[in-house]
Amino acid sequence: MTLLWTDALILLLLLSSVSIAFYLHDKEHIQRPLNKIARSKVGMVSLVVLLFFLLVGLLDSIHFNANQEKNNEIISLLDYFATPLREHTEKTYSAPFATTLYSKEMIANVGTIQWDYPRLVYGGKHLVNPEKEQLPDVLLKAGFGFLMGLALFTAWMLLSAGVSYLKQGSAPKFFAMRPVMSTLFIIIVISTVLGYLSLYYHVLGTDKVGEDVFYQAIKSIRTGLVIGTLTTLIMLPMAILFGILAGFFRGWVDDVIQYLYTTLNSIPSVLLIAASVLMVQVYMANHESEFTSVIVRADIRLLFLCMILGVTSWTGLCRLLRAETLKLREMEYVQAAQALGVKQHAILLRHILPNVMHIVLISVVLDFSSLVLAEAVLSYINIGVDPTTYSWGNMINGARLEMAREPIVWWSLSAAFVFMFALVLAANLFADVVQDAFDPRSAGNESVG
Amino acid sequence: MTEPLLSVENLSVNFNRNHVVVDNISFVIYPGETFALVGESGSGKSITALSVLRLLPNNASLTASSISLHGDNLLKNSELDLCKIRGRRISLIFQDPMSSLNPVMTIGEQVAEAIQQHYPLSKSDTQQRVLELLQQVELPEPQERIKSYPHQLSGGQRQRVMIAIALAGKPDLLIADEPTTSLDVTIQAQILVLLKSIQQSTGMALWLISHDLALVSTMADRVAVMQHGKIVETAQSAELFSSAKHPYTQKLLNALPSMQSCLDHCAEDKPPLLQVDNFHCYYPIRKGLFKRIVGYVRAVDGVSFSIQKGKTLALVGESGCGKTTLGKSLLNLIPSTSGSVKIDGVALDGLEGEQLRKQRTNMQIVFQDPFSSMNPRMLVGDIVAEGIVALHPDVNAVERKERVRKLLQQVGLPEAAALRYPHEFSGGQRQRICIARALAVQPKLIVCDEPTSALDVSVQAQIIQLLKDLQKEQGISYLFITHDLAVVAEIADEVAVMYQGKIIEQGSVEQVLFKPQHAYTKKLISAVPVLKYSNDSQLKTGVVL
Repeated sequence: MTLLWTDALILLLLLSSVSIAFYLHDKEHIQRPLNKIARSKVGMVSLVVLLFFLLVGLLDSIHFNANQEKNNEIISLLDYFATPLREHTEKTYSAPFATTLYSKEMIANVGTIQWDYPRLVYGGKHLVNPEKEQLPDVLLKAGFGFLMGLALFTAWMLLSAGVSYLKQGSAPKFFAMRPVMSTLFIIIVISTVLGYLSLYYHVLGTDKVGEDVFYQAIKSIRTGLVIGTLTTLIMLPMAILFGILAGFFRGWVDDVIQYLYTTLNSIPSVLLIAASVLMVQVYMANHESEFTSVIVRADIRLLFLCMILGVTSWTGLCRLLRAETLKLREMEYVQAAQALGVKQHAILLRHILPNVMHIVLISVVLDFSSLVLAEAVLSYINIGVDPTTYSWGNMINGARLEMAREPIVWWSLSAAFVFMFALVLAANLFADVVQDAFDPRSAGNESVG
Repeated sequence: MTEPLLSVENLSVNFNRNHVVVDNISFVIYPGETFALVGESGSGKSITALSVLRLLPNNASLTASSISLHGDNLLKNSELDLCKIRGRRISLIFQDPMSSLNPVMTIGEQVAEAIQQHYPLSKSDTQQRVLELLQQVELPEPQERIKSYPHQLSGGQRQRVMIAIALAGKPDLLIADEPTTSLDVTIQAQILVLLKSIQQSTGMALWLISHDLALVSTMADRVAVMQHGKIVETAQSAELFSSAKHPYTQKLLNALPSMQSCLDHCAEDKPPLLQVDNFHCYYPIRKGLFKRIVGYVRAVDGVSFSIQKGKTLALVGESGCGKTTLGKSLLNLIPSTSGSVKIDGVALDGLEGEQLRKQRTNMQIVFQDPFSSMNPRMLVGDIVAEGIVALHPDVNAVERKERVRKLLQQVGLPEAAALRYPHEFSGGQRQRICIARALAVQPKLIVCDEPTSALDVSVQAQIIQLLKDLQKEQGISYLFITHDLAVVAEIADEVAVMYQGKIIEQGSVEQVLFKPQHAYTKKLISAVPVLKYSNDSQLKTGVVL
């Protein structure tokens, strides 16, 4: 088992959220909004989708040394499961479900030389006559994958039904069960169908160097999650602390903080990011002995990218929070707390912070999507994640060059788009539901009795 | 009998298909009369007015057997036809003149816009008409005011502009939805006189919507009382106010604070608790690059008074006279400029940091707006306990819980309230929570900053009773800041009248209310509307239109 830096941070994040959940689980006034989320169909569906992404990301975050003799190769649990996908590389572009390459080549055939589409090394290699056999074969294999998914789902249902029977039916009744079950069913079936098919075909085609696009898209989930969450984690404390302090104390504190973020804002962030990424590269080049494998180097670069993105992106939220705090500090409940002799830090924690959290939540989710996009832009000028790291940004960047090609190579771009869209949409919808549930003023949050 | 101008039959409005706001009401308005719809907040009176013009929000649905204007059924009119009726035949003025006027248009443009909606006049004719209208609503210096923006006018002037806009289409019916609620009492009297005189000169009907029974009694010919979406009683004004039949109307009339109630206060002298001497609170006006102080707003300008133990001093004045600033700066929520404040012999001025925090237990405050004075994300139990945690850290959690329970009981709230959020309570209940929060640290004096002005009249009476009971039990003193002289009579032992940062008259409550010396006090008292048709022989000091 090898622990990379970002792995450690992800595990830390997971541990802390589990412990927070454990701490809150018997607090009655927290239970109420949580129950509301559990009742919300949209909330639960998007949560299931998010959890699925998270699961893939986590599987991809447990790294180990696969083969000691063979050149110190570190792979993740996900790589281990997807080994055939990882190793099925073709020569260059091929379309989804194709059995031949995307462009014609000279093929040396017993004695003659033909100008034709060569057959793929792995995609559909079991077919003798692709034109006739392909469609029935794909349908058959999809059907088999569907049955597998069905079986898996049924087994799981039976298991959970058995568990709840043993527990004397203690399952909560308010749970939005049916949408969750249907989402789960859809996710399981899609993954088994695609998983089974991808043993025989490239379901989303291959890219320029012949790598399976489906594999790339799955591997990019972790990168997206890391950039979204770690950057937010770095940026949040700064934005919240500075924003609230500036708004609450005003005077010279406000002046200093405003000066700081105006200055930071006036430096083009691309410049800062480029400088720091180059610095890391130079550092790694000088200390080659400490960064033995490609994946370790790529990981450090990812971590630094998150940090520098965090440092450059806190100013927007900080400004919003400062404005909101300026408004809140004049509210009568803050004055009442002052009259009651509540200390300043307690006022900040109890009266200001909870009342700006809705802004934090909304802007974090919006930032999450823009950070995934920022990664794509930075990859374009070569200061994003390491070129060897799988990321939607790198996929888009690679596909960008082929947009002008006729016929167009569309699958890399679409795959990255669909995966990114699913993640960002699920995150947005879920944040909406959470925000609604935790706002005590919104309808339907009244306690019973 | 004459043909009715507006007749509404079996009108019902519900929100989201289940929440009934207006429940099967019928009424008529005759040409040239003043019809008043009275009710407490949430009784559906504004929704009734909006549904006649079909200006309801999207989630509301309306059913009625007929709404007819001059025999013309409005229900059958299309939206386009209604646009020709709105403003032309029925006009509407709202409560808040600031948010009803567009801040980036001059008032001349806004009045002209309303005219051109209905009359295709040339530019110069329109200008002429704008001037006429502004003269009609008695706006001072209309020639210059035409180019002013809304923020350059006072509240009363803005309401006059709103009336001018409403009159632009020469309507047959003017709906006035709480037209004076956000105005000072002297301005209110002027606006009411204006509405009455315009009505007499144009002969239009006036539909007044109000929660203020005394005001309605001075204005209306006929009155309908609304409760929970139903009209419970409709009668001629004289009849209704002298012999109300419905128990709800009687309850409303009884809850009305009256100027008479001060006559039974005890006059026994007690040692002083709070002594304020030559107190100043100035706001600096800063200008320029280096924010130099170029002058001061003298919010509180040399005020001296004292409050006796277990008694109430009412601080009366109109908005902007500095009474709230005085209350807040006594508690050091706003820094004071100079002057001395002594509570129970301890000087408070000049205290800072931890010393000041310790003295907080002596004085507490209850704010005007029960909606913004509690943190919406804290449980009521935590809100009440906050002061105990901060000022009495030695009290352990079990005892604190017990104290919170007792406090809630004292202010008449159930124990279960502690585990709820403030928004789940009504305005009156919230004000009770605020009182419990102030009581939690066992203060000797509570500054009540207009605690009842956001509440309905029956709830207001309950809160005042609660404050009086607490005073009797615990001997707390109050500094009661208000603009409502009738409330002053109910609760105060002494009165101080404030005008432009200074106290201009001070004395016992009978003396100030019934034998006012200063001209301003006299004007203030005479502007208070009082019930016109009352069978007990009340002193009629108020304005009678």
